[in-house]
Amino acid sequence: MEVLWQTDSALTVRQVSNGLDQRELAHTTVMTVLDRLAKKGFARRERDGRAWRYRPAATREAYVAELMLTALDQTGDRVAALARFAQSVSGAEAEVLREALTGVEGHEDAVLDGNAVLDGNAGQEGDIGIGLWGHWPTRYC
Amino acid sequence: MGALADAVLLAAVAVGSVRSARAMLRASWPRRSPAAAILLWQSLGLAGGLAAVGALLAIGVSGPGTQLGVVGGLTELAERVASGQLLAPHQSPPLTVARLVFLTAGSALLTVLCWVLIMAFVEAVRARRRQRELLALLAHGDPKVPGALVIDYPTAAAYCLPGIRSQIVVSVGTLDLLGPAELTAVLAHERAHLRARHDLVLIPFTSLRRAFPMSAGVAEAHRTVALLVEMMADDRALRVRGLLARELATALVRFGTAGSDCAPAGALAVAEGEGELTARVRRLLTPPPPLSRTTQAAIVLVAALVVATPLLLFVAP
Repeated sequence: MEVLWQTDSALTVRQVSNGLDQRELAHTTVMTVLDRLAKKGFARRERDGRAWRYRPAATREAYVAELMLTALDQTGDRVAALARFAQSVSGAEAEVLREALTGVEGHEDAVLDGNAVLDGNAGQEGDIGIGLWGHWPTRYC
Repeated sequence: MGALADAVLLAAVAVGSVRSARAMLRASWPRRSPAAAILLWQSLGLAGGLAAVGALLAIGVSGPGTQLGVVGGLTELAERVASGQLLAPHQSPPLTVARLVFLTAGSALLTVLCWVLIMAFVEAVRARRRQRELLALLAHGDPKVPGALVIDYPTAAAYCLPGIRSQIVVSVGTLDLLGPAELTAVLAHERAHLRARHDLVLIPFTSLRRAFPMSAGVAEAHRTVALLVEMMADDRALRVRGLLARELATALVRFGTAGSDCAPAGALAVAEGEGELTARVRRLLTPPPPLSRTTQAAIVLVAALVVATPLLLFVAP
């Protein structure tokens, strides 16, 4: 499928074979796989003389979107998967959560170090300093 | 006496189940021992369903001149059908229209409940198969998350696919977002879901939502049990050696707040259960004391009794 996604035109079995990383794959193997993909609806094929030409049925992004949308289904059915590790929350709740987390940390710092919470950044691996929160808007928007 | 008395008692059990469920929605003890709470939820659901069906059927087979219980009455009815004497006169008790209505209602309810359960299961299997097909095409591995599959999706997302060939799926966005300890926490949490087959635990509640889609109570019950299941997975994940509760809590917070500063591109809109993430995080950071072993044992006993009661009423004379 990767090879099919890379071009805009329809490819023959030989062209797909050539495009693969593993050149040792037998011609018949590639043919079988393409045939199976076509039967499952992931690839479309058209006749070109005596050979078939294959193209993808949808873009890679479309399939990724389908995968994520169905997996993280918001209807509450949670049919396919035990859903998302955590749901997204609103801005207000996000603030509450961040405070809860840093509140605990600040307390622990004061207990462990003896220094005041002025320290801000615990400096140990896995801990989140206050500074890290500021990175998010630029990184993830 | 006989079936009519059973009907009244069964109706009482049904109503009692609903009342108890409502009480459990407001209670705070479930978070202390989510496993016990889930067991009780399941028993209330089962007992409520059995009792409702049983009450209807019991009225349907009741009547003067008979001392048969529910099962006895149904057997007798079946015998009548077999011998072709269902509508014959001078039967005791006679099959009136009223009784026929109740018998039909009871059978219909039983059929609906079984049907939605089967359909929920079938749909889950179908959806999972499609997921596996797509994952075979799109997913790859990554050394940061051994044993899990990675999808090229920029937003943080992680879920598990239960079943015989279970999988944990993590998005590329998650790998960027979380540190190594937090990724371990995510994997541990999802693995806990898979090992304990939480999907099977939830399926009766999702199927009830299909049966009663308009009921807000059923929806709330489903949400509550789902949250308890997440808490159970959180607890189980913490059994991984070296994993701190705070690492899991951090992973959760980062996950949940990753999209809060901008509109997420895809489906991860604000979830229906606001406050659920907060509840989990707070519970991890300041864990409530678990219920004592005695209390937990008592709850298990109560759950067993709750299910046994309608069953006994079925066979009682």
